[in-house]
Amino acid sequence: MPWHILALAIKEFLALLRDPRSRLVLIGPPIAQLIVFGYAASFDLNHVTVAIYNEDTGGASRELIARVAGSPHFEVVAQLTREAGITPLIDNKRVLLVLHLGPRFSANLRLGKPASVQAILDGRNSNTAMLGLNYLRDILLVFNRDWAARQGRRGPPAVLQMRAWYNADLNSHWFIIPGIVGLLTLVVTLVVTALSVAREREQGTFDQLLVTPLRPVEILIGKALPGVVIGTFEATFIIVLAVLWFDIPLRGDIGALYTGLLLFLLSAVGIGLMISSIAVTQQQAVLGAFLFLVPAVILSGFATPIANMPEAVQWLTYLDPLRYFLIIVRGVFLEGDGFGLLIHQYWPMAIIGMVSLAAAGWLFRHRMY
Amino acid sequence: MNDTALSLDGVRKTFLSGRREITALDGVGVRVKSGSVTGLIGPDGAGKTTLMRLAAGLLAADAGHIEVLGMDVAREPLAVQSAIGYMPQRFGLYEDLSVQENLNLYADLQGVPRSMRPERYAELMKMTGLAPFGKRLAGQLSGGMKQKLGLACTLVRPPRLLLLDEPTVGVDPVSRRELWSIVYSQVEQAGMTVLLSTAYLDEAERCTEVILLHEGRLLGQETPAAFSAPLAGRTFELHVEGMPARRLQALLMRAPGVLDALVAGDRVRIVTEKAIVPDPAQLLPAHPEVQIDPVPPNFEDAFVARLRDHDGAHGQPPAVSVKVRGATGEEVIRVHNLERRFGDFRAVKGISFTVKRGEIFGLLGANGAGKTTTFRMLCGLLPASGGDLAVAGHDLRRAAARARGSVGYMAQRFSLYANLTVMQNLRFFSSAYGLRNRHQRERLAWALENFELGDYRDVNAGLLPLGYKQRLAFAAALMHQPEILFLDEPTSGVDPLARREFWARTNALAEAGVTALVTTHFMEEANYCDRLVIMAEGEVLAEGHPYDIRRQARTPDNPEPTMEDAFIALVQGREQAA
Repeated sequence: MPWHILALAIKEFLALLRDPRSRLVLIGPPIAQLIVFGYAASFDLNHVTVAIYNEDTGGASRELIARVAGSPHFEVVAQLTREAGITPLIDNKRVLLVLHLGPRFSANLRLGKPASVQAILDGRNSNTAMLGLNYLRDILLVFNRDWAARQGRRGPPAVLQMRAWYNADLNSHWFIIPGIVGLLTLVVTLVVTALSVAREREQGTFDQLLVTPLRPVEILIGKALPGVVIGTFEATFIIVLAVLWFDIPLRGDIGALYTGLLLFLLSAVGIGLMISSIAVTQQQAVLGAFLFLVPAVILSGFATPIANMPEAVQWLTYLDPLRYFLIIVRGVFLEGDGFGLLIHQYWPMAIIGMVSLAAAGWLFRHRMY
Repeated sequence: MNDTALSLDGVRKTFLSGRREITALDGVGVRVKSGSVTGLIGPDGAGKTTLMRLAAGLLAADAGHIEVLGMDVAREPLAVQSAIGYMPQRFGLYEDLSVQENLNLYADLQGVPRSMRPERYAELMKMTGLAPFGKRLAGQLSGGMKQKLGLACTLVRPPRLLLLDEPTVGVDPVSRRELWSIVYSQVEQAGMTVLLSTAYLDEAERCTEVILLHEGRLLGQETPAAFSAPLAGRTFELHVEGMPARRLQALLMRAPGVLDALVAGDRVRIVTEKAIVPDPAQLLPAHPEVQIDPVPPNFEDAFVARLRDHDGAHGQPPAVSVKVRGATGEEVIRVHNLERRFGDFRAVKGISFTVKRGEIFGLLGANGAGKTTTFRMLCGLLPASGGDLAVAGHDLRRAAARARGSVGYMAQRFSLYANLTVMQNLRFFSSAYGLRNRHQRERLAWALENFELGDYRDVNAGLLPLGYKQRLAFAAALMHQPEILFLDEPTSGVDPLARREFWARTNALAEAGVTALVTTHFMEEANYCDRLVIMAEGEVLAEGHPYDIRRQARTPDNPEPTMEDAFIALVQGREQAA
């Protein structure tokens, strides 16, 4: 590499690492996000608070209630004796679910008649309510089967047998943590590069840089290099923690993963530099970076599936480099993908990277007043 | 009635900057008399702003006692603030409000009764000449008009003590004179006391009394005349027939017994160590024909003499080494009908000039005159909207990268990488210009030695004193031995000693054949230029040798006009013509 580009890259590193605030940007977000996403963010619902209103005195009702209380998903916090007790519990969010068994529950079961179980849910958070209801359904399904077997009756005609591939326990960490590799690398790389030109513009050194014999392409390379190197370090840090600390299986080809990472970083650096060359102050640059980050994360399929989005929005996701990288990182971690399967994720990122870098280079010289 | 409006006793104030403690004021004791205009004078970093903020009760002193209008500032800051007016360096005008709305806002903030407003507004508008611009947005005013509006807002409720922090920085000479007349009218009519800080030494002579600060210490408090009194009989103007003033100055800087030498038109002004007419044979053995005339001392002579006494003698002019191709006198920079529009606004209106090799060429004008826009176009940082320009035969905007290698550039405010050390900055800039290995090491050593940066080599550039920042920026621009230098406001804010040092270096470079294009808003610095253009509102008002430009302004009342007089005459002449 030509000597003066290297000198520029070294200068960029020094400027970044000698500034305590920039150092914090490199170290703070990875730790904070790993803690937040690694421990706090989970799609699994545990300890759903339940109140029991049991008007029945038979053994069957006691058995069903014992199954609910014994489940890791539920926590029985109240026993009701009057119907009037239900409203305040739900209203004050003390319980998510009230299980009501009528006075003839056990008797009806013994007579082979349909015995109904009423579940009253707090529907204010629909997602949580649905999850709680599903856990209750599972318990009821098993209860029905066992009851039928004991009574010597035939069980239900069709029985569901489930096997989850790639993630046998359906542990949502396995889905979220590989995603953090993409999310966090994007945040750090974007902020670092978005600040780089804007900082120089703010301090007036960018003019100084433009009058040197360095060509815009060389400035671009010198500025992009630190972003790519730092992004690679950040991603490696999280990949190592994911495997060693969170025990996520890394089944695929590391080479395929890093090829994807490099292309992803190229596009992130390009977008960061583009934002940076439009911004006049560092404040504008950070604001611009987050203006891009928030939709980029939502449209990437990090948390919500792209397939659920309206079709027009789905088209928009093709512009989002994180979309492609999440497929790569999850594919390599859980599915064990190699190069062949990921080729169609590589080239869109390469195009996004090239276009945004070219735009940034053009803006260097044309956006300056 | 107490005749002291403001008094400070043994005041000390320190700040923490990173891990270093910076002493802004060190045991300062001053008294400001009621009904006077007192000038607070000193270079950047002398502690002027800190003193102002302490007096306004916006900062608390570490030690010492401050009394304003008979009140203890530490104990009653709110009472003090309601009795004084304080105009900081960047006055808080709301740029999206009109002139009148700004006045209304400050009248509301200061609780001026509505019944008194119409009369006060009329008075202020008349005084500042802003009456025709009542509906204009403050953001669209010129620098001078903004300062006048700021002053009007501060005066909307007449304070008994007025603190003005550098009200004339970056303001054109005409507006500066107007600001001064407003200040004096307030003192005379309303009996106000004014404390005013400034970095322009010529303004000191307009004050009743002067407080001189340097690096947080008080160097003296006297009348301007008393300051220059010790220099009586020690100032002379010299002239050698046929020798350029610049070369004469370089010789005199090294002459024995000379404290200071300064180019003044086609002559050189010197301050000697003793009050006797110097002997030509001793002063300039090679030029016995030198003509020596005694002249009265001015405030700047006194200031420099004091600082020199304080800091020790000045060093030798630095050694320069450049390889210049081409002959002196050849055309290097050519500008023809250059124009730049920003939307409807024409910042530069079709200007033309040429610069020859080995010249120091000045672009003079107030803020907003279009000189920085012109400058940026010449450096290739901004495309021209019309006209032609060529630097060493190239348009730098379109030229190959190599063409930029023969140009050195020093940006406004000495832009450097603040959190890189002196050495890292120099290393980066020299690498960017393609210096490597032994050559680079040699140039680095040259820069550290010649600019006396050795003691600071591992200090972050952002923490350097301003004078050293200027040196570093200059050194960085010279690492690759350029033939053409672009220097944008290279002396703004630095003290007179650093300014002299800077011009000594630039002179030496010009003698070696380097071409320098310099912008400045210090009118008196025009004297250092071989030729210059004076710009106002995007047009060239005058072009030529500084001596000729000054001569144009000669009148029977003012046979020896200064560059500022000449500038004002030019601006007024243009207004009359319009």
